[in-house]
Amino acid sequence: MGTFRPVIHVSRIRKSYGATVAVSEVSFDVGEGEVFGLIGPNGAGKTTTMECVEGVRRPDAGRISILGLDPFRDVVQVQNRIGVQLQQAQLQKRIKVWEAVDLWASLYPKPLDGNRLLEQLGLADKRNAWFMTLSGGQKQRLFIALALINDPEVVFLDELTTGLDPQSRRAIWDLVRGIRDRGKTVFLTTHLMEEAERLCDRVAIIEHGEIVDIGSPEELVRRHCPTRTVILATENALAEERLGAIPRVENVIRQGSQFTIQGRGEDFVTEVIQCLSENRIRVADFRTVLPNLEDVFLKLTGHSIRD
Amino acid sequence: MLRGLRKLTWLEIKIFLREPLGAFGSILFPVLVFVVAGRFVGGLRGPGSLAAAGFLRVGLPVFVSVLIALSAVLSLVTVISIYREGGILKRLRATPLRPQTILAAHVLVKLALTALTMALMVLAGKRYFPAHTHVPIFGFTVALLIATWSILSIGFLIASIVPTARFAQPIGAAILYPMIGLCGLFVPVQSLPPALQAVARVVPLTYAVSLLDGIWKGEAWSAHLGDVAALVAVFAVCTALSAKVFRWE
Repeated sequence: MGTFRPVIHVSRIRKSYGATVAVSEVSFDVGEGEVFGLIGPNGAGKTTTMECVEGVRRPDAGRISILGLDPFRDVVQVQNRIGVQLQQAQLQKRIKVWEAVDLWASLYPKPLDGNRLLEQLGLADKRNAWFMTLSGGQKQRLFIALALINDPEVVFLDELTTGLDPQSRRAIWDLVRGIRDRGKTVFLTTHLMEEAERLCDRVAIIEHGEIVDIGSPEELVRRHCPTRTVILATENALAEERLGAIPRVENVIRQGSQFTIQGRGEDFVTEVIQCLSENRIRVADFRTVLPNLEDVFLKLTGHSIRD
Repeated sequence: MLRGLRKLTWLEIKIFLREPLGAFGSILFPVLVFVVAGRFVGGLRGPGSLAAAGFLRVGLPVFVSVLIALSAVLSLVTVISIYREGGILKRLRATPLRPQTILAAHVLVKLALTALTMALMVLAGKRYFPAHTHVPIFGFTVALLIATWSILSIGFLIASIVPTARFAQPIGAAILYPMIGLCGLFVPVQSLPPALQAVARVVPLTYAVSLLDGIWKGEAWSAHLGDVAALVAVFAVCTALSAKVFRWE
């Protein structure tokens, strides 16, 4: 990624709705050209944080700068250089796809060619369709088109694939990668850990309005869930003893012929394989279970993201 | 400054006309009421029935005009609350469109539809009026637009406070329709009991009816400056209040 040049800088923002504190002391930077994800359960403060950065919502305290501008003081300049997809937004039921794109294009100084954009997003044959007749995936693709129409430098995607079937979700993921490949910075929120792992260069985990940790998915997994698990099946009588002798092993659990071995470190899986090889232990099954963001979240917050 | 206003207004008109019953309900229906009522009363009109003639000549056009204005307002309340509930207002607001542009477009749509309905009514009503009857159509249309514009601001205020789109229509109707009974349309304000007269004086529709009625009868604008002033005041107050309490989401 080269040097880290922040295009978004958020410093200690706070936002309450009445007595409810939605976001408190949230700080992070988003670098140029990266896909940055804000991940957390519903109600954690993802959308509020994102809408503050977009300039849609004013924080009670704290500083935000985007592309070197203030999202509230320089609202027009910022709006011309960012693209926004809002969570759960709708359009007029009976607006046609091309009309929406045409209206949006008319609002910006240097819009892209709407027809080409619709083609790239696979909506060319839906040009004359009413918004209400589109499927969930088509609606989201239209919202992506509207977010891209002004050729923005930063694109905001809020819960982009929520409610979509797995197939549409994958199609949308490809589109997001395409946006990143065109050199744009993407700031997204999601409560789907798989989505974050597949799309994001870096993620910030947010819970109860506070950032718990920030890093690349791999970094976070290494930091918080260093334990690797190997599951293997063998009839070898020596297996339990030999596997238990591996330097960084923490735990060996035996259930009949199946062993679950846990240990720390990058080399742990290799060490297990070496041990099997050196001792000529024949195995009928061999699997590794690597921790992922889901486990990181569970570790950091004490509950699953879906609870 | 009002970037996108023309495009958005035109778009909203097209979208409105695509609604099932949209065009029928707010354009053709008042005209239909006018024609049917005109025929009915016209059919009853004997040589000596001055009351019927008077109703046909003055009461009916004003009554239908008020209906047109109220239906525009109700439709505004409904549209705004549906747009808010669906997140459409919020989505539009996250573009370079200014908030006042978005709202102005809706006011323009309603005014355009009011003018169109008015025109259709004039065409349909031609036959009820003898050729020599002078009706100041242009002045009356201006009066109707002023009245509608003013009452639309009440609509915005209602739209600001209705909790969900489901309640928009009934709450709007509950606030607006009682005004019809007190505005002097059926019973002259002067012949109401004193208490109700006091109420009638704060009902904005009273001034709208007085203005429409006077202009239709051919009275001078100068005689109705008070009505216009009251309508402008209603607009100013309601707009200022809605600016304070209007919710975009």
